[in-house]
Amino acid sequence: MGASQGGLSWGDDMRRVENLFLTFSILGSIIVLILLIPMMVAFLMTNPIQVGEALMDLEVLNALSTTFTAAATATISALLFGTPLAYILARREFALKNLLESLLNVPLAIPHSVAGILVLLAYHSRSSIGEILSRIGIVVEDSFWGIVLAMLFVSAPIFISSARSGFSMIDETFEHVARTLGAGHFKTFFTITIPLASRSIISGAIVTWARAVSEVGALLIVAPYPKSIALLVIERFEAFGLSAAIPITALLLLIGIIVVLILNYISRR
Amino acid sequence: MIDEMTSRSLLSLKSVSKSWKSFQIRDVSLEVRRGEYFVVMGPTGAGKTLLLQLIAGIHYPDSGEIILDGVDVTYLPPERRSIGYVPQNYALFPHMSVKDNIGYGLRVRGHPRDEVERRVRELSSKLRIEHLLERRVSTLSGGEQQRVALARALIIEPKILLLDEPLSALDPETREEVRDYLKEVRRMLGFTAIHVTHDFIEAVDLGDRMAAMFNGEILQVGEPMEIIMNPRNELIASFTGTKNLFKGEVVARRGELAEIDLGGVRVYAATRRSGKVMVAIRPENIVILLEKARISARNVLEGVIEEISEKPPYISLKIDAGLPFTVYLTRNALEDLNLGVGKRVYLAFKASAVSVF
Repeated sequence: MGASQGGLSWGDDMRRVENLFLTFSILGSIIVLILLIPMMVAFLMTNPIQVGEALMDLEVLNALSTTFTAAATATISALLFGTPLAYILARREFALKNLLESLLNVPLAIPHSVAGILVLLAYHSRSSIGEILSRIGIVVEDSFWGIVLAMLFVSAPIFISSARSGFSMIDETFEHVARTLGAGHFKTFFTITIPLASRSIISGAIVTWARAVSEVGALLIVAPYPKSIALLVIERFEAFGLSAAIPITALLLLIGIIVVLILNYISRR
Repeated sequence: MIDEMTSRSLLSLKSVSKSWKSFQIRDVSLEVRRGEYFVVMGPTGAGKTLLLQLIAGIHYPDSGEIILDGVDVTYLPPERRSIGYVPQNYALFPHMSVKDNIGYGLRVRGHPRDEVERRVRELSSKLRIEHLLERRVSTLSGGEQQRVALARALIIEPKILLLDEPLSALDPETREEVRDYLKEVRRMLGFTAIHVTHDFIEAVDLGDRMAAMFNGEILQVGEPMEIIMNPRNELIASFTGTKNLFKGEVVARRGELAEIDLGGVRVYAATRRSGKVMVAIRPENIVILLEKARISARNVLEGVIEEISEKPPYISLKIDAGLPFTVYLTRNALEDLNLGVGKRVYLAFKASAVSVF
């Protein structure tokens, strides 16, 4: 009343804010429903006995084991080679650094079938690099290593950018002090830098692994065999219909939920 | 003579220059003597931190030489210099306990675990931080963090200790306490130190000698009082701001409050010091009153305005209150109070605004 002199009063202001949140809540609920309904339906339609049967199915188990070990191998490779790269990107400036960083993200911006074509083109057994690889027993087409390579190609960029942002957030002064206290460059890296960046590195590795597990397109092109679990879902769906795909779907959904919960726990710790 | 100089000198910088980001060090030459507490004083951006980092080996100079204990360390990596570095934010390792922070320097040098444990306990008890050893770093107060950072740097028995603005993160009330603490630790352990600050009180109270640094250059080196009393140029004079610096003697005390006789004029200060002291009151911490009103400030002195001059962004007043005082006011305050030369006024300032050293 008296307070509304010369502009908005507090009450008007409050109502505006509440209207905003009301509108946004309605709009937000729509996307929440679109995302959550399929998950809930999948679990409602799932017969736990069938999931148990799926877990006894040798083809499913083989596909799961192929997928998980290949994804783990790709993740470890990303850790081994991506961590040093991420540290350099976080700590040093050099010519064309921005361009390099952009190019490293290209695999995230292209269709995965295209990523598969790129991997096959460069590393197939009659290509010049493929020939060298085949001499040490690594053939890309239809092999475990083909799966690993395709997974690495599409998922490593995620690890690199996560580790890089983890390293960037660490105050360099910690490293400086460790050096003055007598720790060499490598010792400082392993006793100070890595522990302080561990959260970003671990969560980056988990997302990288999950991304590798979820890969379909590139695997279809590079190595449809040995069969990975995502391809098995497609095969069952195409051969036997929607209901045949449900048990594996529910299983993979559950694994996805567990991964997300673990990530959530790590980021809150 | 030359031999005597080199043996007394622990650290020497010879024409060191470095340009890094927006900071610069220009042709700095400096000698720090063995056992000396050397203060580098200058404004923010003068390059003081960069100077410490060059000495520590965190950056290498573009030109010049750094000699530490007779060895050319100009391009030696930090881990091979034996220098204790306490950065401004202390940089305690957040993923380690206090104990592991302090012991880090010994552990990475491969000392056996029981020796590390014993030496950490010994030093911690000397520095009175034994009760903090099992704590996590994130639970420490600013003052506690500082002591732990000091212990972590001192445990490797460095040839020289580098302290970057060690008091700037602390509130004014605890600074005297920390200055006393630093003196006590130094008496106990006898290290050589370079202490960087922008506060001349730290220079006078702690420093055996000091250097005044501006825009990456060392403009004057000498005993702190000598520089403050005889600044070589206007830049140093204006920065050291030796306004309201008086000699005095503590004549009475009530708890934390000391009554100090400045030669006729008496002021109250929050200090634990006794005997002959130096007293400084920053010109901007003094309030001008027209009447002797009842206010919370402990000190109220009567005086006559002798001179009014520009001191951007302030107006500077010279006031005779038994001693020559300088007071800074804003132009608004000057106009509101309708002040002029010859006017009788009262100077009011809190006991905590009186720095004693």
